[in-house]
Amino acid sequence: MNAIPAVDMRGIVKRFGSVTANDHVDFQAAKGEIHALLGENGAGKSTMMCMLSGVYRATEGEICLNGKPARIRSPKEASQLGIGMVFQNFRLVQTLTAAENMVLGEKGSLWRGRGWLKRKSREIEELAARFGLGFPVDRPIWQLSVGEQQRVEIVKTLYRGADIIILDEPTSVLTPGEAEQLFATLRQMRAEGKTIIITTHKMKEVMSVADRISVMRKGRMIASLAKEDTDERELARLMVGKEVVLERKERGEAGTEPLLAIRRLKAAGHGGRQALDGLDLTVNRGEIVGIAGVAGNGQKELAEVLNGLHEWKSGEIEFDGKKWRNASVRDTIEAGISHIPENRMKSGLAGSLALTDNLIAKSYRSSERSSRLGLLRGRANKSWAAEQVERFDVRTPGIDTPVRMLSGGNQQKLLFAREIAREPKLLVAVHPTQGLDVGAADSVHRMLMDLREAGSGVLLISEDLDEILQLSDRILVLFGGRIIGELKHDEADRAVIGMLMTGMREAAAAAEAEQVSSPDRGKKEALV
Amino acid sequence: MDFLIMLLAAAIASGTPLLIATLGGILNERAGIIQLGTEGIMLMGAVTSCLLYLRTGSLGLALLAAAGVSAALGLIHAFMTVSLRANHIVTGLAMTLFGTGLSAYLGKPVSGQPMPAPVPKVNLDFLDGVPVLGELFAHLDVFTWASFALAVLLHLLIHRTSWGLHLRAMGDNPATADVMGIRVQLSRYLYVTAGAILIGLAGADLLLVYSPVWNEGMTAGRGWIAVALIIFARWNPLRALLCAYFFGALDSLGFRIQLEGTAIPSYFLKMIPYVVTILVLMYLGWRNRGKPSGSPEALGSPYIREQRL
Repeated sequence: MNAIPAVDMRGIVKRFGSVTANDHVDFQAAKGEIHALLGENGAGKSTMMCMLSGVYRATEGEICLNGKPARIRSPKEASQLGIGMVFQNFRLVQTLTAAENMVLGEKGSLWRGRGWLKRKSREIEELAARFGLGFPVDRPIWQLSVGEQQRVEIVKTLYRGADIIILDEPTSVLTPGEAEQLFATLRQMRAEGKTIIITTHKMKEVMSVADRISVMRKGRMIASLAKEDTDERELARLMVGKEVVLERKERGEAGTEPLLAIRRLKAAGHGGRQALDGLDLTVNRGEIVGIAGVAGNGQKELAEVLNGLHEWKSGEIEFDGKKWRNASVRDTIEAGISHIPENRMKSGLAGSLALTDNLIAKSYRSSERSSRLGLLRGRANKSWAAEQVERFDVRTPGIDTPVRMLSGGNQQKLLFAREIAREPKLLVAVHPTQGLDVGAADSVHRMLMDLREAGSGVLLISEDLDEILQLSDRILVLFGGRIIGELKHDEADRAVIGMLMTGMREAAAAAEAEQVSSPDRGKKEALV
Repeated sequence: MDFLIMLLAAAIASGTPLLIATLGGILNERAGIIQLGTEGIMLMGAVTSCLLYLRTGSLGLALLAAAGVSAALGLIHAFMTVSLRANHIVTGLAMTLFGTGLSAYLGKPVSGQPMPAPVPKVNLDFLDGVPVLGELFAHLDVFTWASFALAVLLHLLIHRTSWGLHLRAMGDNPATADVMGIRVQLSRYLYVTAGAILIGLAGADLLLVYSPVWNEGMTAGRGWIAVALIIFARWNPLRALLCAYFFGALDSLGFRIQLEGTAIPSYFLKMIPYVVTILVLMYLGWRNRGKPSGSPEALGSPYIREQRL
């Protein structure tokens, strides 16, 4: 880089109390490039970007924009300097329309009647169309899909005249298709001379979209490389500090003794539609069964039925040799089913409670955790919790720390600690590595494999095909509330699964010379 | 027919202080601050205007003093909730207890003294012959007309101006408002103070127009009803107008029935508005299940820019 960089951050230090989030970090991005800031969760990427966008103020260090020292003390000043940021948790007012969200804080006349808003809406629509970003401008945000909301955010930065556009983990909420679309937009924005910075921990994205890559680890800048000079393996090593193997896990033979058998299961979804529509499924002891599928095809309901959170209408569930009627959550816990829910902070952990309390949340009734009168055995529980924290390598300032203070990866490890320490017969894991960095995802995978070796069954529900292919003994594809394809791990093929996931059973069958084994009904739906 | 018109007239009369207090509360809550000090601020507004009116005989001074005292109370509430991040509910309850106690003390010497002169009326003589309209609107006082105007003005402010847009954004998502360049803390101070002024003036209206004699605790729970009316009206000033009059009608309904002479004990008749409130809230809750409540999302939560989520 010979030219003056558009963004030049030097010697940036940011401390939150006693925690140092950024430790003398230098960061440069050239004008008109797509720059990826790569790092694990908690590496300090977002903190850096929040300082650039004026949300945080740096403890030390200076920022230059286009060679001129800039003082950014508030988001307003950042915006005036042409910096716009798309936050990971969108900064949109849910009850306002897209257009209203964009004109927030805009100077001008006091009166904002219908006519004025209509003119602005048209202006915004034109701007959005120029970048191929479509969304309804006059519906409240809460009615828009996540992908649409992100487009609103991007157009918002453009509308406010930003030249430097920061996107914090932009693809974490998008489907693969939407992500591709986003990258196309980013390239077009680059063509218009905008400087784009994305933070991410996904290697594939970095390689497909970025021009330059800066890698951060534990609050420090590790390297800054051009895309041509590096590869995924090197980046992964720089990011986590050690080689990570992204290959299929070594394993022994899977078990054959059936543990869970589901037959013709039907259940209504939350919106009243038929979420599970005659689902058949078995899981054996010592086996990992992966459920692939696009979100919203019944994954959530399946996991909830198995954990007593959702009623089912008809069908049979046999678990561990016993027939089930509608079981309560407590029944399923006592039967030996563990659950890694989709959203760990919503239904997995209680954020304001300490590690100990979260760890005993499912076992507090047992005689080891509480006395006969129902009083908790405080000291014993704490030392047990400390053991588990040690065993599962949860990094925490202490076992009395509220769980929400931990990083996402450590929260997930804590959740696994609770669910696995009970030695479950079956573990239902939903998107277990969502939002985790490579290192944490790897330890989650290892825990799942260990559980399998110990003879438990694992039902792995995930949208991440790599993860499913890496871990599963058998792969089932869920579509429209039923299983429309089953593949052994050695015959699993990414393209075939991909087609099955979109319901294209016949195309998948044609693509694969041999017949995919699956029940006959479902053929009709397969063509949808 | 006569009964109905009398009821409507009474609804407007007893609904007006409720309406003004509710509008004040809406301003507070739209900015994201819960205001449970309504009852106390109303009482303080009432007793201040009473003292000043009796001493000086000037209506303008009485109103100014009521506005000043309630603005001070609003500033305290804002300081506690915005700057010190105190719990809104506890602060509000403290405000109510404080206002109730202090107003009782200050009002003791003037308790039971009638006001020197009634509030001026707007006489629309040309309406006199017109049925219904004439009977309802021909001789209303200035406060009532002002409250109509206020409801409409606030509605336009909230839904049709840039200030209103900022206000709504601030109450729903202060972090977003902040990154869009809105000064959240300062604006919250302003809206809480403005809202408290309206609540104080509602107390003044109650005293000067509705029952022109100071009695200890004369609001008799109207502050709390105003708090319920905010939810009832789903934070919308025009709906607040309807809800306040609906409530005013219920309030006077018990009184009217009593005048007709029935065997129902008066205690039960006085309960009517409160029982109906519960029923209507239940009905609305059931009908709007699954819809957003209209409540500002960030209601009751402080905002600090650098706080990590």
